[in-house]
Amino acid sequence: MDDPAAQDPALRRLVDQVNDARGRRAALDIRGAGTKPFGSRRAGDEPLDLQPLAGISSHEPSELVVTVRAGTPLVELEAALAEHGQCLPFEPPRFDAPAGPGASDTTGSPAEDDPPEPHGDAGDRAAGGTVGGMVAAGLSGPARPAVGSVRDHLLGATMLNGRGEVLRFGGQVMKNVAGYDVARVLAGSMGVLGVILEVSLKVLPRPPAQTTLAFDVGQEQALALLTAWRRQPLPVHASSWHEGQLRLRLAGARAAVLAAAGRLCSAHGGRALDANEATAWWQAVRDQRLAFFRPTAADAAAGQSLWRLSVPPTAPVLGTPGPVFIEWGGAQRWLRTAAPAAQVQALAAAVGGHASCIRPAPGSAAALAGPLPEVLMRLHRSLKQAFDPDRIFNPGRLYPDL
Amino acid sequence: MAVDAPTDSRAGTAATTAQRRAEVVAALARVLPAHCILHRGEDKTPYECDGLTAYRARPLVVVLPETESQVAEVLRCCHVLQVPVVARGAGTGLSGGALPHEQGVTLSLAKFNRIVQVCPQSCTATVQAGVRNLAISEAAAPFGLYYAPDPSSQIACTIGGNVAENSGGVHCLKYGLTLHNVLQVRGYTVQGEPVGFGSTALDAPGLDLLPLLVGSEGMLAVVLEVTVKLTPRPPLARCIMASFADIESAGRAVAAVIAAGIIPAGLELMDRRMTAAVEDFVHAGYDLDAAALLLCESDGTAEEVAEEIERMSVVLRQAGATRLQVSRDEAQRLKFWSGRKNAFPASGRISPDYMCMDSTIPRKRLAEILRAIEAMEQKYGLRCANVFHAGDGNLHPLILFDANDPDQLARCERFGAEILETSVHLGGTITGEHGVGVEKLDSMCVQFSAEELAQMEAVKRAFDPPALLNPGKVIPTLQRCAEYGKLKVLRGLLPFPELPRF
Repeated sequence: MDDPAAQDPALRRLVDQVNDARGRRAALDIRGAGTKPFGSRRAGDEPLDLQPLAGISSHEPSELVVTVRAGTPLVELEAALAEHGQCLPFEPPRFDAPAGPGASDTTGSPAEDDPPEPHGDAGDRAAGGTVGGMVAAGLSGPARPAVGSVRDHLLGATMLNGRGEVLRFGGQVMKNVAGYDVARVLAGSMGVLGVILEVSLKVLPRPPAQTTLAFDVGQEQALALLTAWRRQPLPVHASSWHEGQLRLRLAGARAAVLAAAGRLCSAHGGRALDANEATAWWQAVRDQRLAFFRPTAADAAAGQSLWRLSVPPTAPVLGTPGPVFIEWGGAQRWLRTAAPAAQVQALAAAVGGHASCIRPAPGSAAALAGPLPEVLMRLHRSLKQAFDPDRIFNPGRLYPDL
Repeated sequence: MAVDAPTDSRAGTAATTAQRRAEVVAALARVLPAHCILHRGEDKTPYECDGLTAYRARPLVVVLPETESQVAEVLRCCHVLQVPVVARGAGTGLSGGALPHEQGVTLSLAKFNRIVQVCPQSCTATVQAGVRNLAISEAAAPFGLYYAPDPSSQIACTIGGNVAENSGGVHCLKYGLTLHNVLQVRGYTVQGEPVGFGSTALDAPGLDLLPLLVGSEGMLAVVLEVTVKLTPRPPLARCIMASFADIESAGRAVAAVIAAGIIPAGLELMDRRMTAAVEDFVHAGYDLDAAALLLCESDGTAEEVAEEIERMSVVLRQAGATRLQVSRDEAQRLKFWSGRKNAFPASGRISPDYMCMDSTIPRKRLAEILRAIEAMEQKYGLRCANVFHAGDGNLHPLILFDANDPDQLARCERFGAEILETSVHLGGTITGEHGVGVEKLDSMCVQFSAEELAQMEAVKRAFDPPALLNPGKVIPTLQRCAEYGKLKVLRGLLPFPELPRF
């Protein structure tokens, strides 16, 4: 088969549209469900719709691998995995469909069940985003420090580069060092290198047991506890601190979870949360449905943006000018603030981290990705040139000149 | 300036090489002390090959810089003179990734052997590239921590080499490969500019280039310092040794363990030929009647291990294990592992030479490939012993041969290439953890299309426009693929299962 696009009409249309855009030097705005509006989009770029390229190509539960096309709704993939007791261990966030009629409220009253519907209209395929969008955005949820990121679970990808070529890198096996690991660079690339067509992901069985503990502590003590626990062989699976409450999810073998829960509660005055309450909490954190993550109209009017600060977990309490939500054992700190981008970025850089603006306030020009040293920025430009020489994919989405 | 090598006479070539060497040595002598430069023949002999000893080449010069600024100067100097640079760690690699370039400089990082910092609070260690893998765990041990990836050469191999190859080990099923345990690398570009990838946070701004660097076999940048993640040492580990009457049921048992939702700390398989060879060597008490042995390990807290060993035992019995032994204590557990860890030296006792292959296949195809390898033994008239990371589907067939017999060497190479090709056809890959180097250049043509290889070459040029860093490795030229007679055509998406297959 010399022409890989011949096999699939949805792929054929994508290749044709890319070749056509290339011929006209027009830019394309790669789109899944449109649930991740962050990053600068240029008005006027033509949409390249990936939603028709959908479906699970292969799922072998005993291989712990699923291969799925980019336009597949994330909730659909998670439901298929759940049938076999499996999951995407990195817990990617499932955001709302683009605002429109029926957009749900923002008070953070989460759904009860885990998984798959994030909430609201089950018939809305857009809600929760697509698999391609999940990989391109590269966001992982509460379990990330314990299990790894989207990138860590990406075993292979088929992509379309700026020359209209269908290329496959990586594969469907856990260990694979044949050639450069191009597939994994696509995670978090925001579409600037090419179009993700199909991905193979490592999946895991859902942990046999889990429990969530809550401790009433201030931010400084919470960070100290997280640091102390990090170096112990505890089944810590997720953590959050917000408004004086540290929540700790333990997951793994039943005996290990029970033993650790008992020990930590008695040592630090914690209590176990009701299972439904715990599930609801972690889903709301994962999908950013707590009020904290949803600036109200008044917050927006006051110029508040939602920032994600990725910092070394041992970074001290940051003197942040606004409310804070801590995850990932201290390594991810969300911040709602009207402070200028440069100030927030300097705050993160001072402790060895970086800041990205996930929900900019209206009219704010805050960039998604923080600034890069010159040598790295040059490598970014060279790589863009290597994959997309005519600069047709998502120009400006990650960096203005990329 | 290109190397001006006349092709009409060997003497002319030698004279030109000598002249070129003098030019390069003179330039390097301006940036390095004399004791850091080896350019006399016998001094360079130890650097002629890495762990793949069948391939040898003598570099123009070997340099052993002692400071970062010296490395930067060496790179700038080589960039100006357009001299290839081959970075080298301990030279334990098995695919010829550190094979010298005859017109190039071998850049030994052996003197970068300092542990910069172990931080128990963040569970990280920052070490120089020449630090041995095991030395990291030794430095972390007082804090109850260790560095999880454990390639079998871990007493000798360096972290810089691990980063170059994205090394695995027996525990990567549960703890991941080098990539999953490296947070940040720092080094120099081909032009000698300082550059870093990754972060001590869990991610970095912009494109995530760390996965490109890790496993790039020294072709994109020179790494001098690595920050790794440390893992709390599990308080307990126990191992089950399960016997199987035929290799198919052992293969099915592997799939059954995973399908039951268990991720063992290690899951390794040895066939009877291997077991017999190692038993003779280590006297571990292996079941010599079994056609295959599985080693299945659980680690964690005492409660966790007890629960998991019980679940594993049930699955293994149901899968047809004829005998199960669970390690009573640490001494017995290490005994169980001693044979697996000594599989390579033990093979050296039953055959003058062996070639270790390294492909990965989907686990469900294990029995299939083992039968195919049996048929190849007949076809090529050579024996093969099998030991592998079964949990990952990563095979290490050891083809036994006598290198003094050129015909056996040739048959061995064809045997190996056919195993790799079969692995690709079964949905796998030509290398799971040893890298492509020079050994598997031909096999790359089986796995990738011309367009895919061209894209990799473009990635190489984005980092290294003059292609001076370890040139000639990993990416075969299209001409080479044409000569090999195998070039993958472009592939598309996986067909949906309900679609007819042709």
